[in-house]
Amino acid sequence: MLSFIQNIGRTALAFLSALGRLTLFSVIAVRWIFTPPYYWQQLLRQIIDIGYYSLPVVGLTTLFSGMVLALQSYTGFARFSAEDTVATVVVLSVTRELGPVLAGLMVAGRIGASMAAEIGTMRVTDQIDALDTLSTRPMQYLVAPRLLAGTLCLPFLVLIGDVIGVFGGYIVGVFRLGFNPAIYLSRTLQYLEVSDVTLGLIKAAVFGFLIALMGCYHGYHSGRGAEGVGRATTNAVVSASILILISNYLVTALFFGV
Amino acid sequence: MTAMPKIELQGVTKTFGDNTVLKGIDLQVAAGESLVIIGTSGCGKSVTLKCLNGLITPDGGSIKIDGVEILGGGRAAMEGLRRRFGMTFQFGALFDSLPIWENVTFRLRQQRKLSKAAARDIAVATVTDLGLAPHVIDQYPAELSGGMQKRVALARAIADKPEILLFDEPTSGLDPITGGVIDRLIINAVQRLGATTVTISHDMASVRRIADKVAMVHNGVILWCGNVKDMDKSGVPEVHQFVHGLAEGPLTQIPANAQKGRK
Repeated sequence: MLSFIQNIGRTALAFLSALGRLTLFSVIAVRWIFTPPYYWQQLLRQIIDIGYYSLPVVGLTTLFSGMVLALQSYTGFARFSAEDTVATVVVLSVTRELGPVLAGLMVAGRIGASMAAEIGTMRVTDQIDALDTLSTRPMQYLVAPRLLAGTLCLPFLVLIGDVIGVFGGYIVGVFRLGFNPAIYLSRTLQYLEVSDVTLGLIKAAVFGFLIALMGCYHGYHSGRGAEGVGRATTNAVVSASILILISNYLVTALFFGV
Repeated sequence: MTAMPKIELQGVTKTFGDNTVLKGIDLQVAAGESLVIIGTSGCGKSVTLKCLNGLITPDGGSIKIDGVEILGGGRAAMEGLRRRFGMTFQFGALFDSLPIWENVTFRLRQQRKLSKAAARDIAVATVTDLGLAPHVIDQYPAELSGGMQKRVALARAIADKPEILLFDEPTSGLDPITGGVIDRLIINAVQRLGATTVTISHDMASVRRIADKVAMVHNGVILWCGNVKDMDKSGVPEVHQFVHGLAEGPLTQIPANAQKGRK
């Protein structure tokens, strides 16, 4: 019984300690974003890596999600003669929910893993110590540009993903389900409000920050050797994905009714 | 009256968890002197080196550079001090994502905002001094052999003309000939800069070539420290065993209590 309580206590302490380390890491990293010198080249490299090279994967994901959504919602709504709402359901679902969450999860897999692996490898090969010896702060040089790039790029990716997702719904609606193109477009825009899009973009910015934070944090604290880097990469993707789902609810609840 | 040492460590201690790695390191290195730290794996050599330039903060003791205490001065003071240091790491620690010229001039570009053309000129001059072809500066670290990577790491360490150079096993993983070449390059570069150096090495041939003074770390303390010429007549069994690479001796003796445990 005593050992059971001890285990609970030990787990709770380990969790609180990890939470404290992560919070401290985030605060320090965010502070360096706003402190000169600014590493523009690093920032640009990350923006290209996150924003440009993630476009195909985000585009494909949202395209097929929009297409499936149109098919599924048609199947459901046809049962009570509400087929006309398919376009509205597709656009609201994609902009408010599917676009940011799916893009976030895909980027978490692609970018979170790559950041953790790159920084983790730098840790185990002493490159991070080398930065320190060359009078460059690793948090400022490696972490701050990645956090900023993640936070800036995800909204742009989601915005493009939204357009592609709605286009996917349009293709299925018009060419498979026989909707009139003009009516489908008008239904798409009729109930769409600016707040629907901005809510999705706010979520995307939060997800982008969390993905970069998890990638950098786990990479920075990577264990020794290939096994340590591998574990850091897995932890980065898993924790970023879980945090995306949790923060998705929290942001939605915060803006509920808007 | 004796001259003030360039580097002075007194009673430096460091513990990781339950493991006390440094139990009180005392060392003095004169300006322009080359000290080599030897010792078995895990004895605390690398930790001592990392304490010197602030990569690890000791738990206790004192570290002075030119008579000025460097511990407890805060991060800003340590960052200022690091500009006086150059360091090479055991496996080079070159930045994979940057070409050689950016690796070599990394600190110069960050600190002095050198133009790309000026940085490339400095990189060419530095790598050719170390026997590399000028076109190497446009290659990436992964494209170079181990020996070439060591030269680039040395170029990066000396590009900013530091006063103190720290070398962590500069010849490890190299064949004896390349190791000898690296030693000669280190000696030449150090002489040109007039730098004070602290090196960690297991390679006794290299130690004899580059050291003025040798210190042996064992069980977290300096077991013996003296002129490299006196190394063979130190009279300390551990030093004798290490220097001659003997399998039998005090460094490889299993403690009596451990032997009982095995039974």
